[in-house]
Amino acid sequence: MIGTRRFAATLLAVALAAGPVVAAPPASFQPPPDSAIPAGPFGQAVRLGKTIFRDTGRAVPQYVGNDLRCSNCHIDGGRLAGAAPLWAAWVAFPAYRGKTKAVNTFAERLQGCFRYSMNGTAPPLGSKTLIALEAYSAWLATGAPTRAHLAGRGYPRPPKPAQAPDYARGATVYRQHCALCHGADGAGQRAGGHVVFPPLWGARSFNWGAGMGSIANAAAFVKANMPLGDGGSLSDQQAWDVAQFLDSHERPQDPRFSGSVQETRAKYHNSPYSMYGRSVNGQVLGAAAAK
Amino acid sequence: MARGSARCALASGVLLALSIAAGGAVAAPDGAAIVFRGIGTAPACASCHGAQGQGNSAIGAPPLAGDGLAYLREQLANFASGQRLNPIMQPIAHALSPAQQDAAAQVFAGMPALVPHPVAPEGNPLGARLAERGRWSEQLPACTQCHGPDGVGVGTAFPHLAGLTAPYIAGQLAAFRDGKRPPGPLGLMGRVAHKLSPADVAAVSAYFAAAGGAGTLEKTP
Repeated sequence: MIGTRRFAATLLAVALAAGPVVAAPPASFQPPPDSAIPAGPFGQAVRLGKTIFRDTGRAVPQYVGNDLRCSNCHIDGGRLAGAAPLWAAWVAFPAYRGKTKAVNTFAERLQGCFRYSMNGTAPPLGSKTLIALEAYSAWLATGAPTRAHLAGRGYPRPPKPAQAPDYARGATVYRQHCALCHGADGAGQRAGGHVVFPPLWGARSFNWGAGMGSIANAAAFVKANMPLGDGGSLSDQQAWDVAQFLDSHERPQDPRFSGSVQETRAKYHNSPYSMYGRSVNGQVLGAAAAK
Repeated sequence: MARGSARCALASGVLLALSIAAGGAVAAPDGAAIVFRGIGTAPACASCHGAQGQGNSAIGAPPLAGDGLAYLREQLANFASGQRLNPIMQPIAHALSPAQQDAAAQVFAGMPALVPHPVAPEGNPLGARLAERGRWSEQLPACTQCHGPDGVGVGTAFPHLAGLTAPYIAGQLAAFRDGKRPPGPLGLMGRVAHKLSPADVAAVSAYFAAAGGAGTLEKTP
């Protein structure tokens, strides 16, 4: 990283002459603890947002069409760096988004989460649900600099793999590292009336419009965060392969479906990272989209 | 996962025994006989683990009712091989063939699971935090993310925690940490155990023991 030994020695000499050496890189932003949620109406909105975020299907069933919750992919209630934390997203909006080809507000971005990732219905702008989620996100971002690109934002993208992502290799990774929790059929597992391990494909998972349907996003999420509690343990190749695998299964239809799979692919999935409209094991993905 | 009452398991065991006598064929071991009467040098499992698999906290025998089949099988195999150290269970498991271990495990897996009580977090904030949130600064998930709400257990591989006594849970966390039992699939519990301080262990053990109530557990029908 630094280069020659002489350069490093010079740098050290200068730093020592100047004062204390800052050895570590700047610490990631830390959101406030839950115990610091204030009393009063704003705090109530924050608490409601937190509840919706962690238990989405129970809190706002009218907007949710599958078995996922926000905290499945935004780990630790949207707090965890490297797992698309809310505090980093909050300060990045309003922003232009290629997906919508428009400058979107944070609330509009949240609508997309419900429409695609939750395979549900977008809560109306100004609804209690969106206000609560905004309050929670804004509170988590207390003190964060506006419009800064904060360390820990999103999912850190792993380098491109040495070999092109492969379904068969991904199936092996899945069987050995993922099926224990997510099931051999990708349907997840339930217990005590709750979904414990989320479904990764099929009728109860995110639909074809969701960001996790992009193999690059899935590879980044998996590499940094999976298996749960052991993020970073899979190789880059394994992460890309298993992302290829999980994003090559049927799931609910893209809400923007025009009536033609190939037309929808051309308009919204024209990327090497989307398997929508591609044929896998003799089936065109998106053609028989899981209900 | 197969579910059924202990009585059904016993009845099917009797029918199986009769059909073996009638047909003269070599059949799978009679799990109910093993569990309720013992076999060879292995005493009846139920004599310590209870006729409903409810366990016996006085002697440190955990409840097994409704636990995952893969998990129960793996524990018997680990006792038999000596990878999981326990002076009582090792000789018992060793006395059972793998087929007999499997049959006994099936009986307990098929018993109605114990229903946990939700635990009020106020009395044990550290336990509640670890159990329900984890500690993500060191990639420690919440226990319930794998063991289910209130530690009810999930599927065939993740055992229940509710209903275990605090000394038992603490003992197993120590065993995972010290390599006195294998770390489990994907090495999950080995990693978890190394991230828990003694205070953490005490708190989380108390939390799930409370989820089981004070020794009396309601059963799902």
